[in-house]
Amino acid sequence: MSSMTRTSATRRHARGRNRRARLILLGGIVGIASLLAAACGDDEADEPAAAPETTQAPATAEEPAEEAAPAEESAPAEESAPAEEAAPAGPAAHCAAGETDGDLTFYNWAEYIDDELLAAFEAETGINVEYSTYESNEEMLTKVESGAAIYDLVVPSDYMVDTMRRDDLLLELNFDAIPNAANIGPEFANPPFDPEHKYSVAYQWGTTGIGMSYEVLELLGGESTWAVIFDPATAALVPGSISMLDDAPETVSAALKYLGYSIEDVINNRNEDAVREAGELLRATNDRLLKYDSVTFGDDLVNGEVDVAHGWSGGFFLSFFEADAYEDYVYTIPAEGGVRWVDNMAIPHNADNICSAHAMINFLTDAENGATLTNWTYYGSPNAASTPYILDEILEDPGIYPPPEVNARLELIPHAGDMALLIQDMHSQAKS
Amino acid sequence: MQPAGRTSETTGASGEKAAAQAQRRQGMLLASPGALYLLIFFVAPLALISVYSFATRTSTGRTSLSGWNVESYRAIGDDIIVGIVGRSAWLATLTTALCLAVGYPFAYYLATRPRHVRAILLVLVMIPFWTNGLVRVFAIRFLLGSNGPASALSESLGFGTFRILFTPTAVTIGMVYSFLTLMVLPLYVALERMDWSLTEAARDLYASGSKAFWKVTLPLTKSGIVAGSVLVFVPSFGSYVVPDILGGAKTLLIGSYIARQFRDARNWPLGAALSVLLIAAMLIAVALNQRSGSGAEGGDRPRGRRRRRARDEPEPVTAAV
Repeated sequence: MSSMTRTSATRRHARGRNRRARLILLGGIVGIASLLAAACGDDEADEPAAAPETTQAPATAEEPAEEAAPAEESAPAEESAPAEEAAPAGPAAHCAAGETDGDLTFYNWAEYIDDELLAAFEAETGINVEYSTYESNEEMLTKVESGAAIYDLVVPSDYMVDTMRRDDLLLELNFDAIPNAANIGPEFANPPFDPEHKYSVAYQWGTTGIGMSYEVLELLGGESTWAVIFDPATAALVPGSISMLDDAPETVSAALKYLGYSIEDVINNRNEDAVREAGELLRATNDRLLKYDSVTFGDDLVNGEVDVAHGWSGGFFLSFFEADAYEDYVYTIPAEGGVRWVDNMAIPHNADNICSAHAMINFLTDAENGATLTNWTYYGSPNAASTPYILDEILEDPGIYPPPEVNARLELIPHAGDMALLIQDMHSQAKS
Repeated sequence: MQPAGRTSETTGASGEKAAAQAQRRQGMLLASPGALYLLIFFVAPLALISVYSFATRTSTGRTSLSGWNVESYRAIGDDIIVGIVGRSAWLATLTTALCLAVGYPFAYYLATRPRHVRAILLVLVMIPFWTNGLVRVFAIRFLLGSNGPASALSESLGFGTFRILFTPTAVTIGMVYSFLTLMVLPLYVALERMDWSLTEAARDLYASGSKAFWKVTLPLTKSGIVAGSVLVFVPSFGSYVVPDILGGAKTLLIGSYIARQFRDARNWPLGAALSVLLIAAMLIAVALNQRSGSGAEGGDRPRGRRRRRARDEPEPVTAAV
């Protein structure tokens, strides 16, 4: 009898030891296994001695969960409250032009400003700029929305201004503090994404098109077309590989343009069939692509990794410039038309240093500073007063300042609402 | 915890009980920082994710916690997601199988080296593991690139440009490379702990070398195989960085799809539901591991006893035998 109990105790002891020894060894070595170890730890909690611990566990577990959940819930309430207060009172901030109220946290797209401009602003105002960058609108939105980090100034694209404004994530600007906003050209003064032009000031604008070598452009008969990506026969003319942006609205829009749709029509009229048709086209194109890339498309082109790349105008120009490859490569806007976008400076609802943010907006809409911006990024400037200071090679480049007939075929991607999910799904579905 | 249980079973004296209780309290005290950490950073986020998985996405992509529903779980049945999960499972299985095929002979070699050589070899295994994973993946990307060394070699041998980067093959290579250590170490531990006299005995009884391996060595290292497989399968199933970097984001796997839900699609409820699914799958895998692990301990039992004899007084063992 006693020998039996001992045997089972011994066996259990040995088993426990073995198991634990194994887990300690693995758990110690293996970083990723920490989650596993946690699960095993829970398992072992079945053993009698750990029982009190398990009863305690749920009690403490609920605490942080409950604390966190209402915090998330109350966040939107807090956001909407000041916005509602602000709405009747007009602009939230009463800053004088150039007034600053502390160090500025500036959250901008990657490779989107000349560092010297930031230094000049710091010298002029005496405040520090904490500059950080993102690679997609959604990345920025998530951070602003969650409040995980507080930013004073962000640069959302057109449709994202629309989304953020609808969700009360942007502060109404005080244009008294931004006298230079008058420099912004008339075509940017009344944007569809910010109907009363209360929340945003245009920063830069550009297009989405195709980068290729002049050689490939010649193979296409000298005219760029989306067919080089979407039509198998035309794509076969390209000796090397093809890449596309890893961005659902952009790939779907490109497909829509190739199919002859107007992006604005399709989205504003909720034409789901057209989006699905574009999705099918993307799915059929997937195997022909080398990869999806929203970051290194320009470098891949000049490095010869791909011969045809779907991408943002400025990305290509930067790569052409850095590789000194302007002789060989060209950014083109396809004959069918393409996507035009406008990035805008805006102040998040939870910004700390609102006056500093206004000061930066005013600084960057200055005629010369606006030109410095464009002379560095090679994107179009919305600043009409900047034109005399912008390099001729930029003003004369049809890829940056397209001729009027091409301009007419460019479209902004509108705020898609629920259709955004379908658009995302079409992009995901293509990747199989 | 265990000694406490054993003492009360064997003696039952009240003084010893108090001592056991004190020991138990001390154990809890020692475990509490870790337990607290896990509560805050594992249990609480898990609870949050579960809550979010029943929430609704607004038309601007915000998550509304007002209307609870299981829509996100229903969406898991969509063709797109089923396809993605299937593909991820297949790739994870392939990675695990390849890791096992490569890792077992390697671990066997490691475990059969003399002790001092073993220590050096083990460190060599660990060094890449301690290197930042992202750096290693980018190194592979360079290696496999069409203007990388692999391509140069293939060109100089007259096989033409090496086009493997941004294919599923490249993803598999990268995953096997990233997770191989997770397979080798548990296998090594199992092989190193194995009682080699049992294989000798098999050989003495005229078992062929391969028969001794299949009948003795392999069953005895089953726990290592299972542990290694779980450790490789789980992270490769949810892997996110490797397919994006080496696969050119062309083959969408579940990890990237979830990240996409939280970022680009802004469909947090669906992302959360898929995360819950992934965690559930992981817990099942761990449970299976524990189960077969404890089953395999049967083979280890004699060792456990011997170790016990070395520590404790010999009488209980003789009694048990």
